[in-house]
Amino acid sequence: MSHHQLDARRLLCPMPVIRAQNKVQELAPGDTLLVTCTDPGALLDIPAWCRINGHEVLEAGVNEDEEVLITIRVGG
Amino acid sequence: MGFRRRFSAIITGPFSESKRPTHRPMSTQRKAVSLISGGLDSMLATQAMLDQGIHVEGINFFTGFCVEGHTHAIRKRDKAKPKRNNALWVAEQLGIKLHIIDVIDEYKDVVLNPKHGYGSNLNPCLDCKCFMVRKAHEWIEQHGFDFIITGEVVGQRPMSQRRDTMPVIQRESGAEDRLLRPLCAKILPPTLPEREGWVDREKLFDFSGRGRKPQIALAKKMGIEDFAQPAGGCCFLTDAAYSSKLADLWQARGERRYEIDDIMLLKVGRHLRPRPHFKLIVGREEGENRFLEGYRKQFTHLYTTSHPGPLVLLDGEADSEDLQLAARLAARFSQGKNADTVRVELHEKGAEQRELDVVPLTNDEIPVEWYL
Repeated sequence: MSHHQLDARRLLCPMPVIRAQNKVQELAPGDTLLVTCTDPGALLDIPAWCRINGHEVLEAGVNEDEEVLITIRVGG
Repeated sequence: MGFRRRFSAIITGPFSESKRPTHRPMSTQRKAVSLISGGLDSMLATQAMLDQGIHVEGINFFTGFCVEGHTHAIRKRDKAKPKRNNALWVAEQLGIKLHIIDVIDEYKDVVLNPKHGYGSNLNPCLDCKCFMVRKAHEWIEQHGFDFIITGEVVGQRPMSQRRDTMPVIQRESGAEDRLLRPLCAKILPPTLPEREGWVDREKLFDFSGRGRKPQIALAKKMGIEDFAQPAGGCCFLTDAAYSSKLADLWQARGERRYEIDDIMLLKVGRHLRPRPHFKLIVGREEGENRFLEGYRKQFTHLYTTSHPGPLVLLDGEADSEDLQLAARLAARFSQGKNADTVRVELHEKGAEQRELDVVPLTNDEIPVEWYL
């Protein structure tokens, strides 16, 4: 299991979802991925995408720079 | 029948195994991919297939012109109630997977060279549908799925959903009779999934025309109470104001081409073209200003410093007289619009920043033709 990061800043939804989806496809079950976005819509869209595709959101929130940070654990 | 249920029923109809890839055991669950737009029709079509025990996964293509997503992220006033992505929401309600595919680059040819022409604006609806079904067909071949479903209804759209254009989509996409339209299947020739008994044709529908009553009634019967309201389409290209700005962009450049940043910027701010060789993009509020800030390095830009005001990007080439005019326009859209003079900071691409003191243009000095 390994940890990965994805910079999806300055992208507007659904591009952060697409980038996260494409990155997750490269990863193994159990791997984690931290996605950083600036589109606040990602806070809804990425967790929704995770729920319907069987991945787990470990953490989701906004930092002091108003960046959305979402950590995903890749499902089986 | 039940909304929000996941279906795992097995089709056990009498299969004819005589045709191409139907060589599966009779108990194998058939698989379809559904073009999910986020609207009601694709939702109903998908639910109808789930109700027949078909394994359905959704597919959604992002062209760059999709109304879904995007602009809600820009305007600050919309941030208090972030808009859901309806395609994702529909997939979640139906309990199906959704694959969102970036087709921005491939889609350019559809917009720039539509074989079947445009609709009332720059909307190449028929070519667009052919393209999307073709991409879905490629997807099912790569992923071992059996057929494609859409929420199309005969007669619902003037270009892409007519009785005479529906076979065009089947043919030009390459999907042929692996394209099933559950909502109007009973008034169309039987497709492979129907002929093979994967799907019971009798349980499909015969909707036609632009009315929404049959869909609303079916939604009620399926227990679907919440859905995106039927509206004028899911694509900015059907919007007259947007199409006009895109046409202006092509005319100013002397060629028909675009990049993703171009089409994004057409969705943001006021656009004014005071001269043929440059236009201004003026942020209308804080959220748009912040979005435009991301483009400062690519554009000559200016903003007022003596009074609160918008960020203004200048797209094109401008001499000193043009820059003076741009500064006066920036002042006009600032809180100093009634002041004697307004100080404007100018960041010209490839030059040192400088300040200009200008008299704001009056409303009467801005011809309506400048507004795109």
